[in-house]
Amino acid sequence: MSDVAEASSSGGETSQTGAASDQMWIVGIHMTKFGKRPDDDVVDLASEAALGALDDAGMTVKDVGVLAAGNLMYAAHGVGQMLQKQIGQTGIPVYNVVNACATGATALRTAIMSVRSGEADVGLAVGVEKIAGAGLLSGGSRASDSPTWEASGRFGAVASTDGRIGTEIMPGVFAQIGMEYGHRYGGADFELFARISEKNHANSVLNPLAAYSKAMSLEQIMGDVMIAYPNTRPMCSANCDGAAAAVVVNGTTLKKLSLEQQRRAVKVSASVLTTDPWEEACQILPNVNTLTKNAAETAYEAAGVGPQDLDLVELHDCFATAELVHYDNLGLCSEGGAVDFFESGAPFRDGSMPVNVSGGLESKGHPIAATGIANIWEVATHMRGEAGDRQIEGAKVGLAHVIGLGSACGVHILERAA
Amino acid sequence: MGEAIPLVDYLVLGNDPHLEANECVACGARFFDRRNACASCGAINSDGSGFKRVELPATGELTAFTIVSFAAPGIEVPFVAGVVKCGGTSVRANIVNVSPDPEHVATGMQVSLTTFGIGEDSEGTEAIGFGYEPADEELRITDDAIEKAEANS
Repeated sequence: MSDVAEASSSGGETSQTGAASDQMWIVGIHMTKFGKRPDDDVVDLASEAALGALDDAGMTVKDVGVLAAGNLMYAAHGVGQMLQKQIGQTGIPVYNVVNACATGATALRTAIMSVRSGEADVGLAVGVEKIAGAGLLSGGSRASDSPTWEASGRFGAVASTDGRIGTEIMPGVFAQIGMEYGHRYGGADFELFARISEKNHANSVLNPLAAYSKAMSLEQIMGDVMIAYPNTRPMCSANCDGAAAAVVVNGTTLKKLSLEQQRRAVKVSASVLTTDPWEEACQILPNVNTLTKNAAETAYEAAGVGPQDLDLVELHDCFATAELVHYDNLGLCSEGGAVDFFESGAPFRDGSMPVNVSGGLESKGHPIAATGIANIWEVATHMRGEAGDRQIEGAKVGLAHVIGLGSACGVHILERAA
Repeated sequence: MGEAIPLVDYLVLGNDPHLEANECVACGARFFDRRNACASCGAINSDGSGFKRVELPATGELTAFTIVSFAAPGIEVPFVAGVVKCGGTSVRANIVNVSPDPEHVATGMQVSLTTFGIGEDSEGTEAIGFGYEPADEELRITDDAIEKAEANS
């Protein structure tokens, strides 16, 4: 540990890969098949991801100095320790983290911060969720049903407000977010949002790990069950089971690894987490825009790159209506230009700025806490040139974005080693 | 006839039903919930003097909406949920007395506050909810149409 701290303080030291000692690297990463996994419990999935990432890094659990475990549904149960009890109880510190849909990104960032601080040389981050068939997720503000009206809670509500005063279901919240963008800048209608979904479903055909690898026509998408206008069912992310994990090291540790490991290492040029600063209306309809803009700006500055340098982007398309606003929020287009950006063909996989070539959450699936590391896995796999049929040729720089309502936003920028 | 109670405490009943917000005395930020402090400027509300109640205009502009087809038991679907900007303050609400389809609801439309009963408790007290209806009376669904729709459902 002291070696790392010393090397960090000297700064600027480089290896053959150009790795500064305080530069963070992903040396192992794994994503499980997403979908319905009835025979696997949450620990099976977490184990599969963690052991897969360690194997990819050429390491064992004994090399790991810190574990960050992200999970939403079993958050009170200590999924990190449950995982250790299966794959290795080595006595290392465990951080169980929960941060809505940004939980996975938060776990990764926690492992990164721990390694960067010198607490450990090797960090393992795991995100896992088991929610196949969970149905509609909502904010859940329910008042108790007593025989007489009784005001309770911070709004003095005498009955549940969800459905009586607006909606808390996620497809409805994000529908309004997309519609608000359309109100402000114009050009966004049902068909445009459905075409975004059509793009992502088409991309999923090339992703064997996606929960749904099936192209859908615009007619099919628009004609499917309406959940919350303008989001039909295929325009919503799929609740499913899955896990992803990553092994992170600093530059000093990387230099001790084999040349092959160094070649496959992916540089973490930025790891940023933000929450939403107060703005008018932000407690009425969640503002997913400002915190994403803030995270992106901070990440670009930290990485020393701009949106124009990105070869691919995995962004949080929890609903088709969300993808549109994040083109703008991540600076992929000029302010207010998200519709034109989409119409230009840029975010298609053969376009100038491919977005969600994995198929996105709408088809890949959205096992909540796994998503924030699965997005990193997708980008990292392209950086390594190992994405097979869906490889974006020559990809050198990529960005992964997640947002959890409440709100939390994680943005990571990754770069190819050499 | 029993008494009436508002669905939420920021709905003020009476001859002129309206919404009230808690406005931060220091910075003017507005909230609808009980406040410990101001999320905008951090001003503390330890003795209740950090905020004052302000009345919102009864009309506003619809700035975002969705038409929800699935909801908890007891909530009729489809219904329109949205955000209404009332004199610079955004309000979350349902859009009511309108046909719940994209041909009859659009962002930018002017809407006005309305109240309605949502049920009586065991002592006969009626809870009163609120929503916004199109300011343009031609866009409102008439009582006849509502009764007809209910008869068919």
